[in-house]
Amino acid sequence: MDRRGIKSNFLTTTVESAINWSRKNSLWPMPFGTACCGVELMAVLAARSDIARFGAEAIRFSPRQSDLLIVAGRITIKMMPVLQRIYEQMPEPKWVISMGACASSGGVFDTYSVIQGIDQFIPVDIYVPGCPPRPEGILDGLMKLQKLIEKEKISDYSHPHSN
Amino acid sequence: MLFQNLITKVTERFSDSILDTTEFRGETVLHIKGECVLEVLEMLKSEGFHFLADLTAVDNLEMGGFERYTVVYHLLNHGNGERLVVKAYIPENNPNLPSVESLWRTADWQEREVYDLFGITFDGHPNLIRIMNPDDFKGHPLRKDYPRIGKGERKDFPIVERNIGTKFRRSES
Repeated sequence: MDRRGIKSNFLTTTVESAINWSRKNSLWPMPFGTACCGVELMAVLAARSDIARFGAEAIRFSPRQSDLLIVAGRITIKMMPVLQRIYEQMPEPKWVISMGACASSGGVFDTYSVIQGIDQFIPVDIYVPGCPPRPEGILDGLMKLQKLIEKEKISDYSHPHSN
Repeated sequence: MLFQNLITKVTERFSDSILDTTEFRGETVLHIKGECVLEVLEMLKSEGFHFLADLTAVDNLEMGGFERYTVVYHLLNHGNGERLVVKAYIPENNPNLPSVESLWRTADWQEREVYDLFGITFDGHPNLIRIMNPDDFKGHPLRKDYPRIGKGERKDFPIVERNIGTKFRRSES
């Protein structure tokens, strides 16, 4: 076998797994913190829990620059159109974590003004239970999301109207 | 002026609009008719109660009281630390009061809050619009006859779908 063209080490993979590997290890979260969960989310970013170990420390407060929406806190009827607009402004591929009891189900706030679960109106990939969740819970949710991203197919990302 | 003298002076001057004077945990409560609230508060302000600490409302639907709605003014005298509560009663069929925004600028937003949540209108308010609920909200949710879970407004939103990647993610998640 002629090896004259090979100058250094290399490995083989598929485009799909390489893309998924890079996507799952550099999630850029857009924090949507409306309540105490938002404070707990800050603790996940800090030194003790350190979400940077999973490559998701690049918090972007612009939906245009992020691919992971973390909804942390209760969403009211006045905030829901804002949340939907922010979700639609995020470029594909994008994922959503519903953090805590309020975002997932309304929590104890069963009143006229609080949305009883954001998944009624926007897509959600991961639900993190707790009131608020411990930092370990959020990291567990992030790792579960990474496992989801690992299994994604590029063919699913073709535009629905392209063929 | 001594506090008790002031109360006597107010009750004498507005004798036909003062409904009652009570005391609760060391604080004097002045119960008055709604239409004279501006005159009473103007006098109290000129007598030293310069500060409107709070302005809120109560719906007395099944709690008794002189009328259905009560608007509560918490006054504070910074000079000697005295506090006074003024409760103005207004009827159900015409929930309307003169605005005290001309006396205290802070009443602007607080009266808007009372209007938004109780539907009580304030004559002479410069900008009486909703402050908390969305602008197109119907009803006044802190009234006791408004259902706690609302009238369907929390379900009234468009559903945003995933536009790509649906096949995989629906089956897995």
